Order: sequence, then structure tokens, then C-alpha cells
Amino acid sequence: MLKKNTKKAEPKKTTKPKATKNETKLDELQSTRERKNVLMQGNEAVAYGALDAGVNFFAGYPITPSTEVAEILSAELPKRGGVFVQMEDEIASICAITGASLAGAKSLTATSGPGFSLMQEGIGFAKITETPCVVVNVQRMGPSTGMPTSPAQGDIMQAKWGSHGDSPSIVLYPDSVKESYELTIRAVNLAEKYRTCVILLLDEVIGHMREAVRLPDMANVRVINRIKPTVPPHWYKHYDENQKYLSPLASYGEGYRFHVTGLTHDSHGFPTNKSSEASEMMERLRKKIDYNIRDLVQIESHQMEDAKIAIFTAGITARAAKAAIAMARAEGIKVGLLRPLTIWPFPDDAVRKMLRNVETVIVPELNQGQLIHEIQRLTKDKSDGNLIPIQRVNGQLITPNDILRKIKEVS
Amino acid sequence: MANIPQRIIHEYLRHDKKFPHVWCAGCSNGIVLGAIIRAIASLNLDRDDIVMVSGIGCSSRMPVYVDFNTLHTLHGRSIAYATGVKLHKPNLKVIVITGDGDCTAIGGNHLIHAARRNIDLKVILINNNIYGMTGGQCSPTTPHEAIATTAPYGNIEPDFNVCNLAIGAGASFVARTTAFHVLEMQGIMKDALEHPGFSLIEVVSACPVIFGRLNKKGGAPQMMKDFRDNSIPLAAVDKLPPEKVEGKIIRGILRREIRPEYCAQYASLVERVKVKEADNG
Repeated sequence: MLKKNTKKAEPKKTTKPKATKNETKLDELQSTRERKNVLMQGNEAVAYGALDAGVNFFAGYPITPSTEVAEILSAELPKRGGVFVQMEDEIASICAITGASLAGAKSLTATSGPGFSLMQEGIGFAKITETPCVVVNVQRMGPSTGMPTSPAQGDIMQAKWGSHGDSPSIVLYPDSVKESYELTIRAVNLAEKYRTCVILLLDEVIGHMREAVRLPDMANVRVINRIKPTVPPHWYKHYDENQKYLSPLASYGEGYRFHVTGLTHDSHGFPTNKSSEASEMMERLRKKIDYNIRDLVQIESHQMEDAKIAIFTAGITARAAKAAIAMARAEGIKVGLLRPLTIWPFPDDAVRKMLRNVETVIVPELNQGQLIHEIQRLTKDKSDGNLIPIQRVNGQLITPNDILRKIKEVS
Repeated sequence: MANIPQRIIHEYLRHDKKFPHVWCAGCSNGIVLGAIIRAIASLNLDRDDIVMVSGIGCSSRMPVYVDFNTLHTLHGRSIAYATGVKLHKPNLKVIVITGDGDCTAIGGNHLIHAARRNIDLKVILINNNIYGMTGGQCSPTTPHEAIATTAPYGNIEPDFNVCNLAIGAGASFVARTTAFHVLEMQGIMKDALEHPGFSLIEVVSACPVIFGRLNKKGGAPQMMKDFRDNSIPLAAVDKLPPEKVEGKIIRGILRREIRPEYCAQYASLVERVKVKEADNG
């Protein structure tokens, strides 16, 4: 009831004139492929990134501030023969994209906090069954219904630990409209490559902010498709062991007739109660992330070469940090930024290197302390007073001046 | 190996490692599985084109035993997963195996919306009036005043009439049968498999070990006899006085109508949009 009211309270967002605009944009993006600078919202960038990555199935449920992704794909997917379906809730949405993926689709859904919470069981199912799919969570202020149109970075830990049971996660976090496009493609690619549910976290402001972007020509977009099995059906194992834990994936209707279950299973996909097979499966889920960490982790290191103070943050807060760094540098303060584009798996090595080289680390984030725990975990001296939080949970952003003030305090 | 005569169902079972099954002696699930397989065999459907999807519960363990494309999902969500499979590959026959708790309690929302869309899923709801796998808790179809482990003083809630629920939500094929009426069940399943639209078959079934024991139903053979004696075919309903119909299980095809199927609707939408795009471009 509350959620419904929230949505109704913002009719303007759902009734924006989009039809004609999308068609022009489609011309720009699809037909000519000579891409000009266009003014684009983060949510639009996600939608076009999904299309360019080859997403041909979207199931979703309206929720602020992610609804534009669904609206755009409802107009664009039918033009390309893809499927758009508005499901009865977010639980059904994650289930439908997982089912479609097992039938061979590249699938994606987009939601925000309340919907993301509802999807957690389904995300766990996609992970244990190693089914590629992407969940975009345009974060809003919580807990619960919270402030639907205000930014927060409160789902960083949920994106990793939200579903019950142990399971490693791949979570990407853009800081701009252009990067939203790029990381959507990367999320779809990683889902296909690693056969898992990849999560893309956006900040509400990035989802709704318009920036001028020039999207790349399709020739420069690298698209990864899942590996298909080449063995005859009776040789096929749905979870084949191999060195890099990247195994072929058959689809329903191709003659392989495999079994998929959310129960702990053996390499054929059949349920098992044997502890040896259970630990094999769990290790497989862990190793496919751990053994490929170099491929998964992406960080931006900004003016870190001579920095004595480092700022560690992601998403929109990193934009404020960059502005603060420019101001501080103008006053001669040596400060830099380390920004994870992949927040899970966490960039441990880069953070360790940062901790060796700087005297102070400032961690600004729009929550009551999530990223900072990871830095603390990697800080050798636990009593270290040189780890400085800036935390805000009132629906407002952390501004460059907030960060500058803290930089000056500690420098 | 004992010398077992080869039956048609053996051709459709997975021989590698998935037996014995988890069902108790006297359970109706095997009867339903047999009827499904014989209905599929009678239509000569290609098993590569069949996807069997289920949720959680005793009946939902069925897919692992059969040699189709199989998907054992989350509690209550089988219809939502099946919707994804069917929409991406509408040429596949998607059969959903579910129980009363799975489909009408936790999964009730997905049931009514799939019925409303009239998406071509074949939902076989094995109704044993109880949560069997978790040991006998009250479900939405546990009869009023029946005993369950979470209704030790008798169930104070009224029960769902799941067929009426499906009809009300817009299902285009709705039927009810019992585990006793195997040939009728097989025929209904065949009809459902050929019906272009959302189909729900309620199979009233016996859980003698839990529901039967809690409610003193007298064991599996007695429960089957009760299905025989306490059910009447739909065709006979009009000929009987109301007092003889009261409280009986009405069997037969309760609703069969042709209305636009969802995947077909979507395909025609795609065609329409593509034509419009071509005209514009």
C-alpha cells in the first residue's frame, strides 16, 4: 500500500513524453551508428546499454527511481523482437528473467530498494543455479519505503549479503551517465561469462541526472555471449568442472534436457545430500569469483601518485570527492581518490596499496558506514585513527565542500 | 534387476541415480506423474520441447525424475519462472507441477496473474489439503475444521475452491479430477496439453501419511474409495438434487474457452511495432 502510494505521488515521471524522443534516439543509436553527443539520463543509459549488450528479455515492476528503464525497454524491445513483460511484482520479475535465461535469453530487470529486497531469494536461486542475469538497483533512501526520490548508498552490503546463505557476488557501481551505459554492458557480459546474477548499483541521482554523453559505435562495443556446449547431450554436465570455472551452458529446447534446482546439487544438477558434493558446489561458486578476480575488479585511481590523503568512495559521492580534490589541490594539499567500479568482489589489493602509501583515508558514503568496514578489515593497525568517515543519511548528497572541510581538518 | 515389464512411463523417467523417489507409500503423486507421462506419450510430443517447472513441496519434487527439460524453483514461484521460459521460447510446452500450498498460498499472486494473461502454461495442482513436506501444516485448501499440526484444535478458516479461483482470474481451461480417476485424469491432461491458453488442473489427491493420519481418514485405500464415493462428474450435477451435490467433489472440465493467448498476443504486438517502424524508416 505504501509503495503504491509512493508511486502515485510522482505521476510526472511516468508520463513524460517519451515515444517520439525514443524514436529519434533509436535512429541515432541504432541506424546511423554515428553517435553524437546526446543528453541522457542514467536510467536511459542503462536501457540502451542493455540493448547494446544484447539483452532481449526484460521483466520488471514499476518503482521509483528506476521506472524509466522499464518504460524505455517496453518501447524498444518489441522493435527488436525482444520480450518486455510487466510482472505482478518484483519477485515474479527476478523469477521470469531467470526462467527466460535458462531458455537462452539475455535477461535483465531494474528495480529499487524495496523491490531489490523482494528479489533477494530469486537472486540466490540464480547464483546457485549459475544462471546469467542482471539486476539493476537504482538505490533510494531507506529503510523500507524511505525517501523514494532521494539518494542513498545503503544497499552496498545488501548487494553482497542480501540473499540467505553464502554466495559470492559481482556488483558494479558507476559514477556517471556514460559509465552507467558502459557498466550495464559489462554487467551483462560478466553475467554471461561467469554464469551468475550480476548486480548494477546506481545512485538515485545518477539514474535521474542528465549528462551529455557520446556513446561508442557498436563496432567498439564488446559483447560476450555464454559458451554453448559442443558435446552430445548424454555427455553434457550442467556444471562442468574446468580450470577457470567457466563452463558451457545449454538452453531449454536444445536437446540437452538438463535439470536445474535450487537444492544443493552435483555437477549434473541433480540434488545431493553428500557433503563431498555439497562442498564441491560451494567451492565452485567461490572459486569462479576468486580465481578470476583480476578480470572482475575495476578501479579508478585519481591523483593518487603523490597523495598523502586518500578518499575512498563510489558512485555519486566520488564525483563530489573529485571536485573537493580539485579545490584542495589548488591549495596545495596532496589528496587523491580511489574509486571502485566493481565493489564486489572488493578490490583488496588496490586498497592495501593505498593504505601503504597514504597517511589518512577519508571514506564518505551516503549510509551509516558500509564501505568503511571493508577498509577497516584491510587496515593492519585496528586502532588507527587515520580512517575518517563522512556519513550522511538524510536524503541529501555529501557535497564537495563537506569533503574539502574534512580534508583540511586532517591535512 | 528384477524382470519388470517395460511400460511407457519407464521411457520417460531418468534412469541415472534419481531413484528411489521421496514420496511416501500411498501418496498420489506417482499416480499423477504416470497420467502426465501417458498423456504426453499419447500426443507424441517431443520430450526436447517439454519443460517441467515446479516450486517447493512434495509434488514439486516430480521434475527431477522425468527426462524432460526440468526446473525445480523456489517456493510459490514456479509459475513466474515458467512465464519467463514460455515467453522467450513460446514453442516449448511448459508444464507446471505445484501443490495447494505452493500455488494458492505463497504463489497465489502468480497464479491469478498468469490466469489473467492467459499464458499457455499447463498448471497441474496436486491438492492434498496439507503441507506434506514440512510435516502437516494447514494450507489454504485444508478443509474447515480439519486437523493440521498448525491447527491442532481444528482449522477455523474456510478453504479455497481453487478451480473457482482460477476461473475468476480468467483461466481459459480449468478442470478437476481425483487421484482415483486415473483415466479421466489422463484424458483431461491430454485436453489441457492441446488447449491454447492458461490451463489449470486440480487433482484432488491423498496424503494418507500426514493429512490422512491427522484426520483419521483410514489409510490410502480408504482415501481412494472416498474419492470414488464422494465425487460426481460435472455432467451429473444438474440431474441430482442439491442435497446430493452438497459437499461433493465435482469432477470434469469446468471451463474451456478460446481467448487470445499471451505469447500469441505478444508476437502480434511485435509484428505491429515492426511494421510501424518500417513505415517510419
